[in-house]
Amino acid sequence: MMMVVVAYDVNTEEPAGRRRLRLVAKACMKFGQRVQNSIFECLISTSDLLILRQQLLDIIDDSKDSLRFYNMGAKYSGKIEQYGVERHLPADSVMII
Amino acid sequence: MRQMLNTLFVTTESAYLSLENENVVVSDGDKAVAKVPLRSIESILCFSYKGASPALLGKCCEFGVSVSFYSPRGRYLCSILGESNRNVLLRRKQFVLADDASACSSIAASFVIGKIYNSRWVLERATRDHALQVNVERLKRQSSILASALKEIKNCDNAESVRGIEGQAAKTYFYAFDDLILNNKDDFYFERRTRRPPQDRMNALLSFVYVLLSGDCKAALQGVGLDPYVGFLHADRPGRASLSLDLVEELRPALADRFAISLVNTKAISPNQFEVRENGGVYLNDAGRKVVLAAWQKRRNEQITHPFLREKIPWGMVPYVQALLLARYIRGDIDAYPPFFWK
Repeated sequence: MMMVVVAYDVNTEEPAGRRRLRLVAKACMKFGQRVQNSIFECLISTSDLLILRQQLLDIIDDSKDSLRFYNMGAKYSGKIEQYGVERHLPADSVMII
Repeated sequence: MRQMLNTLFVTTESAYLSLENENVVVSDGDKAVAKVPLRSIESILCFSYKGASPALLGKCCEFGVSVSFYSPRGRYLCSILGESNRNVLLRRKQFVLADDASACSSIAASFVIGKIYNSRWVLERATRDHALQVNVERLKRQSSILASALKEIKNCDNAESVRGIEGQAAKTYFYAFDDLILNNKDDFYFERRTRRPPQDRMNALLSFVYVLLSGDCKAALQGVGLDPYVGFLHADRPGRASLSLDLVEELRPALADRFAISLVNTKAISPNQFEVRENGGVYLNDAGRKVVLAAWQKRRNEQITHPFLREKIPWGMVPYVQALLLARYIRGDIDAYPPFFWK
């Protein structure tokens, strides 16, 4: 398992772009938690990463959108700092609701 | 080896779990409190009375996420696990062994040897670590009685006498249990094991931790394809998960008892996190349950070296590894079931 941060920028000037934005967000939701509007933290396996990457590449428009994956590795917890409002449950700590 | 993923604990009494886009959504009233992708968790422990949607349960089975339901007070209700691990040949073998008296007694003896060995170590550890604070004489005496029980069990050839020795050993062990409690002696004390209902705080804590441990064991057994209801040490009884109780026995001292004791000794849990109910039973309250669950999850992530595999694994994987070894033995891959000897 490793932590991959997915960041995207989808051009929403036309309806097709807004549709792509929704689909990208939806695909990311399946694999990770939304930490900011267009940033997802995904704690996933190598095989799941391949699936996610392909799904996203199928959705986006190469000429208009941008997609970035930051691989933080398995020991990621020291590499992330959080300030202000937190909108997700951190994947490495105890999840009690 | 399987990966250990996070567990989602839902302790909000009025929470409802539902499915949305391969995520489990925890909602309280109209508000969604959390969304967690099913891929990133391995089990859900739900202490709310509202429950979960069937759609979510179906998806959990697909993803191999086990879901267990408990009453808000911590009584186990039921659990759900998918169809991915239904190894009928293994289970047929398990039933055949369970019907065979001599096989039964030898497996039962393994469980009990593990239990007595680990109980003994819990006592020995206390004399070593806290020699000035504990009644060393009593602990040493109880420990030597346990040592002789270990010898005795080697000559046992029927399950009945194995059970006899097990009962005797449990008494011997619990006789010295109060000595292990080092802090808050006025509020946390142990005279004897009481359950249904637990009559004091220590018993309440032990009962709750045992519930957690047996849930883990049951999920582990089901996960490797064994039938948790057909046991070797515990006799079959409708609705009783005998095999998971068998497995719990050997893990109880090292995983559950020591965990409960350390919660008290480090003052992680305080006397006001319990409540007394009309029937005289003592139970953890909401705050207390949260403390225990958080600490339990933390403990599950601590690394140990498994004595048989000589491999580093998190504590939380121990039930799974033992279940796997049991399945290997039942299948005939190894000559005997190696109980978990904690060091």
